[in-house]
Amino acid sequence: MHPVMKLVAQRLALGILLLFAASVLIFAGTQILPGDVAQSILGQSATEKTLANLREQLGLNEPAVTRYFKWLFSALQGDLGTALTNGADIAESLGRRLKNTLFLAACAAVVSVPLAIALGLIAVRFRDRWPDKLISALTLTTISIPEFLLGYVLAYFIAVKLGWAPSVAMINDSMSLFEKLQAVALPVAVLTMVVLAHMMRMTRAAILNVMQSAYIETAELKGLSGLEVIRRHALPNAIAPIVNVVMLNLAYLVVGVVVVEVVFVYPGLGQYLVDHVSKRDVPVVQACGLIFAAVYIGLNMVADIVSILANPRLRHPK
Amino acid sequence: MNEKLEYLKSRVAARKMSRREFVGRATAMGVSAAAAGSMFASAARAAGPMRGGTLRAGLSGGASSDTLDPALVASEATHGILRCWTDHLVNVSPSGEIVPRLAEEVGSSPDAKTWHFRIRKGVEFHNGKTLTPEDVVATIERHTGDEAKSGAQGIVKGIESMAIQGDTVSITLSQANADFPYLMADYHLAIQPNGGKDDPNAGIGTGAYMIESNEPGVRTAFKRNPNDWDENRGYADNVEILVINDATARTSALQSGQVDMINRVDPKVAGLLDRAPNLTVKNVSGRGHYVFIMRIETDEFVNNDLRMALKLAINRQEMVDKILRGYGSAGNDFPINAAYPLFDDTIEQREYDPEKAAEYYRKSGHDGSPIILRTSDAAFPGAVEAAQLFQESAKAAGIPLEVKREPSDGYWSEVWNVKPFCASYWSGRPTQDQMYSTAYLSTAEWNDTQWKRPEFDAMLIEAKAELDPAKRKELYSRMARMLRDEGGLILPMFNDFVDAISTRVMGYEDDPNGELMDHFAMQRCWVEA
Repeated sequence: MHPVMKLVAQRLALGILLLFAASVLIFAGTQILPGDVAQSILGQSATEKTLANLREQLGLNEPAVTRYFKWLFSALQGDLGTALTNGADIAESLGRRLKNTLFLAACAAVVSVPLAIALGLIAVRFRDRWPDKLISALTLTTISIPEFLLGYVLAYFIAVKLGWAPSVAMINDSMSLFEKLQAVALPVAVLTMVVLAHMMRMTRAAILNVMQSAYIETAELKGLSGLEVIRRHALPNAIAPIVNVVMLNLAYLVVGVVVVEVVFVYPGLGQYLVDHVSKRDVPVVQACGLIFAAVYIGLNMVADIVSILANPRLRHPK
Repeated sequence: MNEKLEYLKSRVAARKMSRREFVGRATAMGVSAAAAGSMFASAARAAGPMRGGTLRAGLSGGASSDTLDPALVASEATHGILRCWTDHLVNVSPSGEIVPRLAEEVGSSPDAKTWHFRIRKGVEFHNGKTLTPEDVVATIERHTGDEAKSGAQGIVKGIESMAIQGDTVSITLSQANADFPYLMADYHLAIQPNGGKDDPNAGIGTGAYMIESNEPGVRTAFKRNPNDWDENRGYADNVEILVINDATARTSALQSGQVDMINRVDPKVAGLLDRAPNLTVKNVSGRGHYVFIMRIETDEFVNNDLRMALKLAINRQEMVDKILRGYGSAGNDFPINAAYPLFDDTIEQREYDPEKAAEYYRKSGHDGSPIILRTSDAAFPGAVEAAQLFQESAKAAGIPLEVKREPSDGYWSEVWNVKPFCASYWSGRPTQDQMYSTAYLSTAEWNDTQWKRPEFDAMLIEAKAELDPAKRKELYSRMARMLRDEGGLILPMFNDFVDAISTRVMGYEDDPNGELMDHFAMQRCWVEA
């Protein structure tokens, strides 16, 4: 077997193992919540009989280990159970929300990732001159402002005053793609501003690091132009740290945008999770936790695999 | 010019002219845009309701864990959705009278123990099934019993038996109640086919709108019910309810024209919002009240002189001005105001009087140690600030209050109804009887002030069975005075419902029963084309 394949396979196996570990943590976390689950669901209306009924219904009388494996196996088969609060099929309602979240994240990524890398390259090319300083100042400003404030300011000026884009980014199936894109314009703008600085700065730092190398000097002596040197010789060798930080930000776009969802009334996964946490709807919380963990672990695994593949020493072993 | 204007108005009334055209022409004649807008509105209103268009409401209080089951409705958005697709036996009018709905006639036996509801004929559910008295009985049955988990459980508890004779449902109560029809107006008791026993979440009712799509906590879309039995509602072809929990997002959705009406405008911004073009802020005084609860059976508050001292040491007007920003009215230490039927408006308003408060405080012989007032953001919006205002006004009377801030989480289980003195909120009830029965009857579970007076209970039960309004009013007045002068309730203010609607919405009427015309706005308002 090719050593790279072996490394990739190892990394994949590690990712799956990690996911199982996360599922144990999620399950344990929801078990050690103070108070009995049945008790907290019923609240004031709890009586001996209703408590016993609900415990039976939730299978709380079985040992925790048995319940964990039951939950895990049905989750692996795509059966996430039904929500306690409204009896809805979790896989179905969560799927719809996940689709929305991924749509928003994808839109934000399509705008922010190329923009961040391009700005990073420009910053390196004009290092310590005014374009570099301007780019850094602007992106650091937008990352420093809390995202809800950015959201409100954009909503006020762009939606209320100018009427260019809606302030309520509520998408549904009856909308065309163009209508959906218009609806998410403002949240995408805010998310872009939030993630831009991190990726841009990392691109800049990683490339600058490479720029010290002897082969860059050789490329310059060969007579290549500044941007060409960066594009052909520096960027490919700086790809690993850039992909790492890009994946980290993509993960954030999927799992960490509940504030933006609230401000723009976007029907995403974050809001869905928060609604059910406040009602102590444990199966939904577990399912969301599992999805979030899978997204995080998955994207980080992709980053690792890309860095393995991007490393010529690993690709072409002696 | 006037003639010309009148002509334009007549064109509007005949629906021959749009707002844009009217305002354009009127401003060309030298009328200000604002004046032209209001002229258009009054001309269009005079023309009566207009059919067609889409009405969109942005409501707070929805979550993705919501259901359509009427029994579980507890928040604003679910209430608004429920109103669109359901009907009740009766409704309560803005002036507090019973309006027959699915029951076309309501009557009772002379002792107010048996009530007869004659069920309207020819009403169809959205699925084509005809409404029968059996559906009504099944609905009430479904809300009865411990497993029902229904918000109306306390209401149907007093029902002893039900019987059907022809078109009439007769309900016999275990105890006489002259207000029983008001209880049947409770929004949980929406009539469903077979009482919703087959599928409570089906969303099939007799209401003005049929559910087209429902995404809990996000959006519910309705289309007009073509077989609606009531012509005087359901003007818009489509209704959309968007759940917008964030107050700022709600106001900007209205301002940018994405919704036509919103509920729960933050009083802090209501004044500013009202100045914005193309929308109006509507505030309606309701029955909800912000209170400070003294538990009478605790060592401290067993002394009525101390209770009186504190009642006199609170500056009610200042609270209304600073906590509610004027969107409310001063309270008088009993939980009833003019929004209730049979309210006695001759009861003298208690004012802030630090000297008299100091006198009572001396008389109480209190040891001068700080009295601990517990508060939290969970109690009501601005409860922490209200407690601090109270502390200051009491200080002027020489009464030492110590404000203790409690966490929001667990406030209703650990502090309210447990600690001797705390801030709290009551949303009010449709009738005086219900309000007093919920919180001031000796045996009431939520008797948070520990008000236990046999003579008060006796009057409450007497009033419940009394069918003569004058006598009932007299009884309620005596009860109010008693509670005001001896109770453990400090009631500084009643809060208003604050809604905001776009100027393209017509037909809005003030209704003290609840926000957005008690959530009837979606079916009783219409939009200009």
